[in-house]
Amino acid sequence: MSALVFIAWSIAALTGIALLAAVAGRDIRASAPVYGACLAVSAAACIAALAALPAGPVALHLPLGLPGIGTDLRLDALSAAFLVIVDLGAAAASLYAIGYGAHEPAPGRVLPFYPAFLAAMNLVVIAGDAYSFLFGWEAMSLASWALVMAHHREEANARAGYIYLVMASFGTLALLLGFGLLAQGAGGFDFAAIAAAHPTAGTASVVLLLVLIGAGSKAGLAPLHVWLPLAHPAAPSHVSALMSGVMTKVAIYGFIRIAFDLLGPALWWWSMPVLVAGALTAALGVLHALMERDLKRLLAYSTIENIGIIFLALGLALAFRANAMPAAAALALTAALFHAFNHMLFKSVLFFGAGAVLGATGERDIERLGGLIHRMPVSSACFLLASVAIAALPPLNGFASEWLAFQAIFVSPALPQWGLKLLVPAAGTLLALAAALVAACFVRAFGILYLGRPRTAAAEGAHETDRFSLAAMIILSALCVAAGLFPGVVIDALAPAVRLLTGGAMPVQGRSAWHTITPMAGASGSYNGLMIGLFVALVTFGSAALIHALAGRRTRRSRPWDCGYPNPAATAQYTAASLSQPIRRVFAAIVLRSREVVDMPAPGTLRAASVTKTIHDPAWDAIFAPLTAAVGRVAGRLNQFQFLTIGQYLGLIFALLVLLLIVVGVMP
Amino acid sequence: MIGDLLLQGVQMALVLLLAPLLTGFVRKVKAHMLRRRGPPLLQPYRDIRRLLAKEAIVADSASWVFRAAPYVVFAATWVAAALVPSYATGLVFSWSGDLIAITALLGLARFAQTLAGLDVGTSFGGIGTSRELLFAALAEPAMIMITFTVALVAGSTQLSAIAATMLTYTVGLRVSLALALIALIIVALAENARIPVDNPATHLELTMVHEAMVLEYSGRHLAMVDLAASVKLLLYASLLACLFTPLGLAPADSGIAAYGLGIGTYVVKLAGAGAMLGVFEISIAKMRVFRVPNFLGIALMLGFLGALLLFVSRSL
Amino acid sequence: MHSLTFDIAHMLSGGLVLASFLMLYQDRLPSLINMLALQAAVLGLSVGWQAIAQDAPHLWITAALAIGFKAIAIPMALRRIIVKLDIHREIETVGGIGRTMLAGIALVALALQVVLPVTSASDALAREDIALALSVVLLGMLMMVTRRNAVSQIIGFMSLENGIILAATGARGMPLVVEISVAFSVLIAFIVVGIFLFRIRERFDTVDVTALDRLRGDGT
Repeated sequence: MSALVFIAWSIAALTGIALLAAVAGRDIRASAPVYGACLAVSAAACIAALAALPAGPVALHLPLGLPGIGTDLRLDALSAAFLVIVDLGAAAASLYAIGYGAHEPAPGRVLPFYPAFLAAMNLVVIAGDAYSFLFGWEAMSLASWALVMAHHREEANARAGYIYLVMASFGTLALLLGFGLLAQGAGGFDFAAIAAAHPTAGTASVVLLLVLIGAGSKAGLAPLHVWLPLAHPAAPSHVSALMSGVMTKVAIYGFIRIAFDLLGPALWWWSMPVLVAGALTAALGVLHALMERDLKRLLAYSTIENIGIIFLALGLALAFRANAMPAAAALALTAALFHAFNHMLFKSVLFFGAGAVLGATGERDIERLGGLIHRMPVSSACFLLASVAIAALPPLNGFASEWLAFQAIFVSPALPQWGLKLLVPAAGTLLALAAALVAACFVRAFGILYLGRPRTAAAEGAHETDRFSLAAMIILSALCVAAGLFPGVVIDALAPAVRLLTGGAMPVQGRSAWHTITPMAGASGSYNGLMIGLFVALVTFGSAALIHALAGRRTRRSRPWDCGYPNPAATAQYTAASLSQPIRRVFAAIVLRSREVVDMPAPGTLRAASVTKTIHDPAWDAIFAPLTAAVGRVAGRLNQFQFLTIGQYLGLIFALLVLLLIVVGVMP
Repeated sequence: MIGDLLLQGVQMALVLLLAPLLTGFVRKVKAHMLRRRGPPLLQPYRDIRRLLAKEAIVADSASWVFRAAPYVVFAATWVAAALVPSYATGLVFSWSGDLIAITALLGLARFAQTLAGLDVGTSFGGIGTSRELLFAALAEPAMIMITFTVALVAGSTQLSAIAATMLTYTVGLRVSLALALIALIIVALAENARIPVDNPATHLELTMVHEAMVLEYSGRHLAMVDLAASVKLLLYASLLACLFTPLGLAPADSGIAAYGLGIGTYVVKLAGAGAMLGVFEISIAKMRVFRVPNFLGIALMLGFLGALLLFVSRSL
Repeated sequence: MHSLTFDIAHMLSGGLVLASFLMLYQDRLPSLINMLALQAAVLGLSVGWQAIAQDAPHLWITAALAIGFKAIAIPMALRRIIVKLDIHREIETVGGIGRTMLAGIALVALALQVVLPVTSASDALAREDIALALSVVLLGMLMMVTRRNAVSQIIGFMSLENGIILAATGARGMPLVVEISVAFSVLIAFIVVGIFLFRIRERFDTVDVTALDRLRGDGT
């Protein structure tokens, strides 16, 4: 049985689980079996995908779906790479949910949709024609929308669900138009035919922009990101992890599949909107994350930032590919794929950690937590590790992929176009700025959440989460470490996918001594995660052991010093808002129009003083508010159609029929 | 192979042993300029020994992060410093990290340090962390842009290779390199908590940044933090020396005389850098905290400008 | 290609751009004037180096004018004026140094984008110099539009003019350059005096405490 058939069967199995869960899902006792089954199927699919990575493309035609067209499935190296991301993330989330889902207040609203969501994501990645791709895409959107609406009685969640639905439909519309244009030229909807027929430059450019809008809005690319920080946190935490860690990657898969594979040879300027959007997304996302006090929204904004980094690398890859520089294109594309994989790993751990905190305290507001490291030692350690990884610090995996992205930027002065020469260093600056701000963001998140002293009784009474959740966090954290110490293994594993799309590949890393990675032949730099990691660990533990042995380890516990004025009140600690105040003042005052209004009563009055701070998302004001208003107006108009008489309805239907006949008659 | 490891060992020992001396030397220069006698040159070593012998006091609310952080900070800083060529290029481990990795290792040290500042839950730890994060948010990208600039000139991000290229005199004078030099000096001042960004000698709450973060440390923990700070100062001095005055660096596989000469010139260069730093510090006043972002913004801008000029002149 | 002659000329042009940025960064008038003097001195050096490199003795006159007139005389005069006007301790509230700097970088990028592609026929030596000179001109204009103080506007204009001289000397074989620069310098001296008369009159008209109140709290 080939891997593709296996994946197809696992999609069928997941659909079956979804159907069973729809019947039995109202009972909380169904939770563990459902998630357990999802775990088994996803883990098996992940292994199958890993095995399929080096193999050549295989295709499968199923007589399902639209009559006469059926369903084409296809598995090549790119699909396999993303299948690994999807199914590894899905397996981890399912494992986590075996424990986490046991406390679900409304299992009937989660259990049926969860396997369906997984099945849809798998289908998108192995789809071999536009119909099944769009079907999977829309199923993925709707299943995740249902999961976002799981706790729909909260006002904010209902609003998030609405906005998500609008944006998802908008994105699908853009993709639909894009595929329509492609299929028109190719005379068919299957990917093989589309790829064989090269569209004209004009058509291809329009399609690229449509795909950037369609896939970008799903991935959270600025300025189409506004729905993401609302929708991702509204879902249960394991679903948030899936949406942030995995579904955005499926969107990136869609972009890569169309822009790199189906569109044929690239034009150089295609890279410019991608680069600009990526760089702006990275900077905007992390700035938002720094201002946020809701833990899950903070993580969602950080997802936006990482999507920006990935798109920046994809933009570079497009530029190199258009200029026939396959080695450099391979480097940039590897950076993008590696970062996508890494982001799935650490963002899942972070959302799992957020879920553990939510379960233990009922709080998502980091200003009301603190000191959790004493009460949640294992999950806090995993969260810390993932924070170091996402902050792109050596020796973990986040640094390895960002290092590749920086190396790709070093190659880019060789690009001949002037626009790119000016744009790439600017994008590089924004990337570096984002990298530094991410570190600040996660120092803030971890420091306020886990360190210090508990700020509320809820934080005081927290407890460690269950074993399944911990196991999921530990496994993914271990993978973060492994991918950081041995980045060469991941790079080599991605090589078939990269070769497929760029025609080039990075040097084979497995053969180098001590797992040093080099970006290109005739290397301009090298990095050895294993060596750096070993050295840092060795010196850390060695110096500690040496000092303890020679100078003693006498330690006395005492009250804090704090320059002689320790304040025992927990509220006297620095808050998340005060911690990021300098950054807000320097960066966000311009970008997010953050304002601070201090209301200080005159001496003698008994009124409380207050500080009000406001931030505005430029994308929200400029794009989204008008868009929702327009949708609302249209919906208001259409509302009238609900209150017509039967005669009027018949008239309408008749008019429509005549109109269609006219269209058919006029068209040749 | 043994010889290679030995050379690497010399490099690691050299940066560790010279670091407190450089700190003491800067203090001595400053004291001299102020017509004071100042503490003896070896005082930093004595301070470390004294602190090591004392018991460490840890606040009740501190977690393991607080106790582990000094060692992580020290380890990351030392490994980073060992990757900067001091007396010779092409050492055996020099390929395991380039300038980006060095920047990121310092970022790792900062990550641990700032977390430790938040761990006890005091207001001073918070204020120090908050300001350090702001400075880092500008200094780190500036450092990456400087890396871009020198790497584009030398065709490599590897410090050994960059220093070797700079030694060949084919580089000549470059506007971009001059911009990078100024930017690197600004970054170095900020990263090492020197005047005008921060005052390493202050204990006045409104002015301190780095000291506020490590306020809760005592005993052996404080010794590690102080040693790490010294090593960091040395790192930036070596970086400036290796990028902009690579003269005297022994190339790979040279004889014992060349290595000796390399060590000699390295010490001279460090002394020069220390003297300049001392003179600079006493001739300038500390800035307000919210003036610092502008100062560091200059570094970021210069780095960007340098990279931009190189990007466009590549095709000329 | 990268001969020492070219390197030094290039360094000096780069120094001019750098001085422009330093001027954008300064918000106190005395330091601003110092930066102007610095820029003029760099310009003098640059022109002097061109005199050696191009073996064009008439450029020495331009260099001497730049140093004597613009690096020494005008800054001294300006300093006396601001002391007399009692604005030498005033901190000008610049609308966000960060934003101005970003705009400055964008202008440099624009200058490179405009000049380098269209001059691909001429030699590399002149190309980058012209691009840098255009940058200086644009930065001077930026200075003029972002400052509210008349003195800073004049300084911006002088720096703009420095850029023009740089462009004129960078291109070989421009015999009129001496006359042009002298004419410009005289013009500037004229404007300096003229605007200051206006400025003084304006100050007498608007000695007003509400204007001072508005400044309070903006200082941070």
